[in-house]
Amino acid sequence: MKKRSVTQRVILYGVLSVLAVIFLFPLVWMIMSSMKDEYQIFRDMTSLKAFLPPMPNEIDGSYFQNYLLAFERVNLLRYIMNSLIYTIGIIIFGLVVNSMAGYALARFKFPLRNFWLAVIIATLIIPPESIFLPLYVLVFNLGWVNTYTGLIVPFIANAFAIFLFRQFFLDFPKELEEAAKIDGCSQLGIFFKIVVPLTKPVFATVAIVLFINHWNDFLWPLVVANDDSMRTIQIGLQYFMNQPPIQWGQVMAALTIATIPMLIIFIFLQRYFVEGLTHTGSKN
Amino acid sequence: MARKPYLKTQEGKEAITGYLFLLPALILLSIFLLYPMGTAFYYSLTDFYILRPDEKNFVGLENFSMILGDAAFRQAFVNTMYFTVLVVPIQLGVALGLALLVNKKLKFKVFFRTAYFSPVVMSLVVVSILWTFMYNPNEGLFNEILASLGIPEQPFLSSPDQAMNSIIVMSVWQGAGFQMMIFLAGLQNIPGHLYEAAEIDGANLFQKFLHVTLPGLKNISLFIFITITIAAFKLLVQPMIMTQGGPLGSTKSLVYHIYEVGFNYRDVGYASSMAVVFTVMVLIITIVQRFLIKEEEG
Repeated sequence: MKKRSVTQRVILYGVLSVLAVIFLFPLVWMIMSSMKDEYQIFRDMTSLKAFLPPMPNEIDGSYFQNYLLAFERVNLLRYIMNSLIYTIGIIIFGLVVNSMAGYALARFKFPLRNFWLAVIIATLIIPPESIFLPLYVLVFNLGWVNTYTGLIVPFIANAFAIFLFRQFFLDFPKELEEAAKIDGCSQLGIFFKIVVPLTKPVFATVAIVLFINHWNDFLWPLVVANDDSMRTIQIGLQYFMNQPPIQWGQVMAALTIATIPMLIIFIFLQRYFVEGLTHTGSKN
Repeated sequence: MARKPYLKTQEGKEAITGYLFLLPALILLSIFLLYPMGTAFYYSLTDFYILRPDEKNFVGLENFSMILGDAAFRQAFVNTMYFTVLVVPIQLGVALGLALLVNKKLKFKVFFRTAYFSPVVMSLVVVSILWTFMYNPNEGLFNEILASLGIPEQPFLSSPDQAMNSIIVMSVWQGAGFQMMIFLAGLQNIPGHLYEAAEIDGANLFQKFLHVTLPGLKNISLFIFITITIAAFKLLVQPMIMTQGGPLGSTKSLVYHIYEVGFNYRDVGYASSMAVVFTVMVLIITIVQRFLIKEEEG
């Protein structure tokens, strides 16, 4: 491979760096501004200081003043708790229901198996946006509006997750299951005691995909959880943004809090995060 | 010898187990996906109004003929098409460009890749609020930068001419890093010996890109093309947070319009008929694109 000349290198790294600033700016700026007062935010906006926290001598009280005020003005803690219950509920029930369905489609022979597989794949085409109204009417008639049940139950079964589990179990060697069957283990026992522990990566991937999708979800929580005590964090952010007077430092603090769980997943589970997202891409 | 009943045989038992494993998912999908699908069609033929649920009247195709004359629906459709037709090629191009850049031999490669991917970590709501601040006509970041370059202030989100374009720029910025990752996976799957062979044949950089890279990325590009198109067609969060569909309805999208008619005006019958039309449009996009892919492959 030829070595790049100095000019080529300057241009290449120049372009890369400018792009890095453009893509990183809002995230870094959001976190840094969440620690500044209104005057500092506007003063630092167009300089390199936008990428830095406020100087210790500029701090009035603590770095977390905006956070404390934001928690006082709206029910942020409640919104976060609701989001956690919503997403974790879907993950727990979703992992059980969808992995079992995927396992059935991968391992057992039964009448109409390919028909059900085709139906499940076909439902992937239905955009959730096109059924939210009748789904709302259904959930309303069930008396589930403004309940966790209403938020969670409609989204436990997930065609995409079923399909992903099925593909994964198809590649899983059969021998262990057959040995356990000879030992007299029940099918349910084989699945939960032998298959699940050995296929943790696919469970981790599906769990992360579900978390990302539902932590960021907007339309369904907006229509089904309209009471302040049931708002999820995304809906809470929209509500907070429309509460005058707008204090940008506090809004930035709330935005940062809403992003922290995603950041944690991204930093510590990056492999699963990227794999989970790109899996959607490569496997289809 | 009498045959055992089917359910007592080995196959029968396996079928029962299979259905027991599958049933929870099937029941939930039927109740919360297929049934609402069906009721959407049914409601679209009625004058169902949420506040008087017991007085649904069958109105035939009246709702659908109303759509034809509905200026707000037409505007939402045009806006959505405009957004989709611009976002899809731009985002595809930016994502491919970024992937090619970070696929080179580089120092700090992981840093650059992570930087371009970082917007994906923020939700659409978070990103929309941040960019609303940056687009602010009086004290926002973009006008500060323009002012320092001697360019006059721009209205951005508060102008009917610029609002949708501003949303498009933001959407590309937010989504491109994700597709870059998918492209990267594709680039790494192109065997190195193809490039070496091209080099021996005296191909220059551009020829290598045209004859090795692009064909190698064909399937992945088509897949990304389909997913971006459908995602773009479902545009909702950005205008809802940033512009409330304005100014003058210039950023009102189809899904947003359906939401407003269904929830703010509570006209479930009419909103359902628009949802049915929306679904048909998504299906047509999917089928046409699948068809194009088949043509390409055949």
